[in-house]
Parts: sequence; C-alpha cells; structure tokens
Amino acid sequence: MTSLPTLPTPKKLGLVIDLDVCVGCHACVISCKEWNTGGYGNSLSDQDPYGPDVSGTFLNRIHSFEVIPEGGKLVGEAGDARIVHFPKSCLHCEDAPCVTVCPTGASYKRSADGIVLVEEDKCIGCGLCAWACPYGAREMDVAAGVMKKCTLCVDRIYNETLEEVDRVPSCVRTCPSNARHFGDLADSASDVSIMVAERGGMDLMPEQATRPVNKYLPPRPRQPLAECAPATTRDAGGASGFFAWLDGVLERM
Amino acid sequence: MHPALSIIVFSTLSGLGYGLAFMLGLGVLDPAASATKVAHLTALALISGGLISSTLHLGNPQRAWRALSQWRSSWLSREGVLAVFAFVPLVWSALACWVWDDYHPVPGLLGALLSAGTVYCTAMIYASLRSVDAWHTRLTPAVFLLFAVSGGAMLATLFAHAGGGDARIPGLLAAVALIAAWTVKLSWWKRLRLLVPTSSPESATGLGYIGKVSLFERPHVNENYLTREMGYQIARKHADKLRRIALIFGAAVPAIILALMLLVVPEAGLGSSLAAAFAALCFAAGVFVERWLFFAEARHAVMNYYGG
Ligand code: SF4
Ligand code: SF4
Repeated sequence: MTSLPTLPTPKKLGLVIDLDVCVGCHACVISCKEWNTGGYGNSLSDQDPYGPDVSGTFLNRIHSFEVIPEGGKLVGEAGDARIVHFPKSCLHCEDAPCVTVCPTGASYKRSADGIVLVEEDKCIGCGLCAWACPYGAREMDVAAGVMKKCTLCVDRIYNETLEEVDRVPSCVRTCPSNARHFGDLADSASDVSIMVAERGGMDLMPEQATRPVNKYLPPRPRQPLAECAPATTRDAGGASGFFAWLDGVLERM
Repeated sequence: MHPALSIIVFSTLSGLGYGLAFMLGLGVLDPAASATKVAHLTALALISGGLISSTLHLGNPQRAWRALSQWRSSWLSREGVLAVFAFVPLVWSALACWVWDDYHPVPGLLGALLSAGTVYCTAMIYASLRSVDAWHTRLTPAVFLLFAVSGGAMLATLFAHAGGGDARIPGLLAAVALIAAWTVKLSWWKRLRLLVPTSSPESATGLGYIGKVSLFERPHVNENYLTREMGYQIARKHADKLRRIALIFGAAVPAIILALMLLVVPEAGLGSSLAAAFAALCFAAGVFVERWLFFAEARHAVMNYYGG
C-alpha cells in the first residue's frame, strides 16, 4: 500500500549524522554493503567488479564538499572554509514521495516505526521512486531488476539473536569516529533528539517538502589557525622536532 | 534525466494513438469508409506498441500487472488502470466500425474521455515530481494533451483524405490544436530557460550558512545508477539545435501542409493522402525530438550531490 500512514508514526526511527566528526573514511559504506548484501532481500550486485568500469549498488555513500565563505576563492583562504565529508543514505522521510509514486505497492512506510522499505517481490523495477527521491537514496540493482534502499538495518535493530550493542544499523556500529547515531526521533527524550536539539540538527533540502526523519548536525565553528597559540613554544621543556610536537599534542589533550 | 529510448517511443506513439482514438471517438470520420476501419486499427496498434515499449525498461516486466494496484496514490498506476479501461470502448468502437459500418456515440465518447485521461496521467507522472523542476508544472499535462490531440487530428486528416471523405473538420482541428500545442510548448521552454532551481548544493548539504558549496569528491570514481539515470547533461548549443529541428518538423512543415490543404482543398485522393501522411510523419519526428529534449534538458535535484 503506497499511501503514507495517515497519522504521525508513534516512533520515528532514523539516523543522526554528525558532519563535524565524519572523517570520510567510507567504513560505513563498506559495512553497509557487507551486511545488506547478505541480509534483507536480493544481494547488492556489482557490475564488472574487477574491470575498468566497475559499478554497483550501494545504500550509503560518502560525498565530500568544499565550502568557501564569501570572499574566498580556495579552501582555506578565508574565514571558515573547509572540506566536509558528507554521508548520505535514505532519510526515511515522513512525506516520502518515493512511496506515493510507486505503482505496485512495493514501496511503503511502516506505520509503527516510520521505516521506508521496498518489498522486492512486488517491485517491477520501473525506477520511478528513484526519480521521486530528491536525495538519490534509492538505487536499482541491475542484476535483480529491483529497487534497493537503506532498510535502517531492520534485520538488525529488532534482532534478538544479536547482542544488544549490535542492535543498531551496521553503519552506526561501524563508524570509527562515532559520527553516526541511531534512535527514535519522535521521542524528545532520546539521545538522538537531545543531540539534534543541542546542536541544531538540520533537514536536507527542506524545500522539497519531504520532511526527512534523519538529521544532520552542522560542523562546529572552526577555530581560526591564527588564534591558536603555537603550543610547542609553551612548555616544551627544551624538546625539539617530533618531541616538541608530541608535547604540544599531549598538552592539548 | 537520461532520455531512455523505450520511454520516448512510448510517449510519442501512445500520444499519437490516443490522439487518433480521441478523434475517432468524437466521430469525425465516416464509419463506412474502409480508411476509417484502418484508422481504428492504427490507433490500437500505436497504443499497444507504445505500451509494450514502456514495459521494456522495467527490471521485472513479468510483474507489470501489479502496477494496476496503487491508483489511489500513484499516477503511474492510474495511467495503467485507465489504459486498460480505455481498451474496452476503443475495441467496441473498432468493432462497431468494422462489423456494422457504424459510429456508436456511447463507446465513442467514453473512449475519447479515457484516451485523454490516460495521456493526462502519463503527463502527471512527470509533472508531479518535485525533484525535477523542469517537469513540475501545470504546463506539462497541457503540452502532452495538446500534442496528442494535434497528432490525432493530423492522422484523422490523413484517413479522411484516404477515405475520400470531407477532411475539413479534422484538418481544421489539427491546425488549431497544432498552434495551441506549440504556443504552450514555447512557454514551457521559456519557463525552463528562466527557471531558478528549487534546491541547490547549499540546501542539499545544509552547509550554505558557511559559504558556497561545491563538490570536492564524488563517492566513487565511476558512474553509478544515479549518475547514469539522472546525470544526463546536454550542451546548450546542441539543445538549441534540436529545438529548431523539433520546431521545423513538428510545427512548421505540418502547419504549412495543413494550411495549404485547408485553403486549396485538393481533390481527395492519393496526392492529398500522401501530403497528409507526410505532415503526420514530420509531426511525429518533431514530437520525438521534443520528447527527447523533455528528458535530456531536465535536471534532477540529486545532481546537487554530484556536482552536476
Ligand atoms: S530519502 Fe528518498 S528514498 Fe528515503 S524516504 Fe526520503 S524520498 Fe524516499
Ligand atoms: S521501482 Fe519498484 S519500488 Fe520503485 S516505484 Fe517502481 S515498483 Fe515501486
């Protein structure tokens, strides 16, 4: 049934992604592919995997952007310029356009927890839902001819055969810098909701009227280099070179 | 957006087919003429050919019947449902013409209505997508409907000439619809030219508050499904050239032929039929190019993440 749930879902399970912390290592991309190629539905195929034109289905990808404040031409030239690594997967939108366009009923939003899923046995592979999603969160698997998307690891988060710590999406469990968080964004007392409130968590493309559940935490203001006193000169105790640097690092920790 | 041949063929052929079915449904052709019988078959063949072509791009066409289930929310599903319903009066009208040499207004008008409805649904599949600014306008269904009527009326003119009947009414309809269609299409193109994109790399990343956002690195070196499907870009100068080709074949040539035939009113016969056929063919070619551009020039919001 591709009509959206009429009432707000009692739970809004989703991710909170911290753009201040993501180092762009792609570990979550690999763990996502690894878990989901053997989990829910068809595997995530690769085409020409060892050839020059390798491509494949991924549910989570990391983009990198440079952001240049007014007056700058190059990253690092003016003010707060920076590179931001940007993980992107399905945002499990409340007004998911990908769901309502689906002609077969394969795409649906669960009324209990708001997870957006594809029932692959019903999917005809028309690709319309991928057109409807402004975020590029859906990819057609070329081998299976069905639409693949992030399931929020629905086969992990409720899986009682896994240890408690593992009952989170694979990307969240894997992230080495703790840039990804999972929880119920309908519950204002949840860790993720508090994080969003404190850090000003934002929606991507709010003008597309999709009302995403996933939130992104903006990068914190950066400390300009000039304001940093050169730590090595402070109390290096005569050390020089590597040891002076190490001393400086230890000082700041 | 990637201009997929199967979809362009579908929308061109089915537009012509439903347009012709619409004209037949209004009863503008003499049901006793054998050319009208051929016209019924042509309409059904164009519609079926288009529908078959549209299933070619499906990953799992064997489950296509499931697409009839979600008409409550999905324009694609509504298109499918109406297309199936439309076959009933269209086949009934064709039978009435073949068997009884007769025009029945009930299946005729019902068929005309459902034909127009199907074309409207096709257009709304595109017009309803907020993610593609170029398509997300009321003008899109207007363009699709008017092109379908123009093509249908042009084919009806051809069959009227071939059947030796009075071709003035379909000819006049074709001329009026053609002018209306291209007028609306020109304003569709103008809107596209002046369009300010709804979303930007800044809104897509939420980083606009720091400064100007541009892509530093794609997630991967090669193409993926998204860049293949939605990353198609056409050079401005090629688009301009194709727009002129579409205008010459789709508008100028058929308009001149139609005008000559309306003013001079030639003897119905082989000569005038050939002229009408030539006009219809040119029109189909023009619409094909127009549909190609409809996809190739449309930019998808996801390209904000891919630097396109
Ligand atoms: S991010 Fe895209 S695929 Fe996910 S729910 Fe929103 S519109 Fe649908
Ligand atoms: S590709 Fe599958 S899930 Fe997507 S709209 Fe088509 S049938 Fe629905």
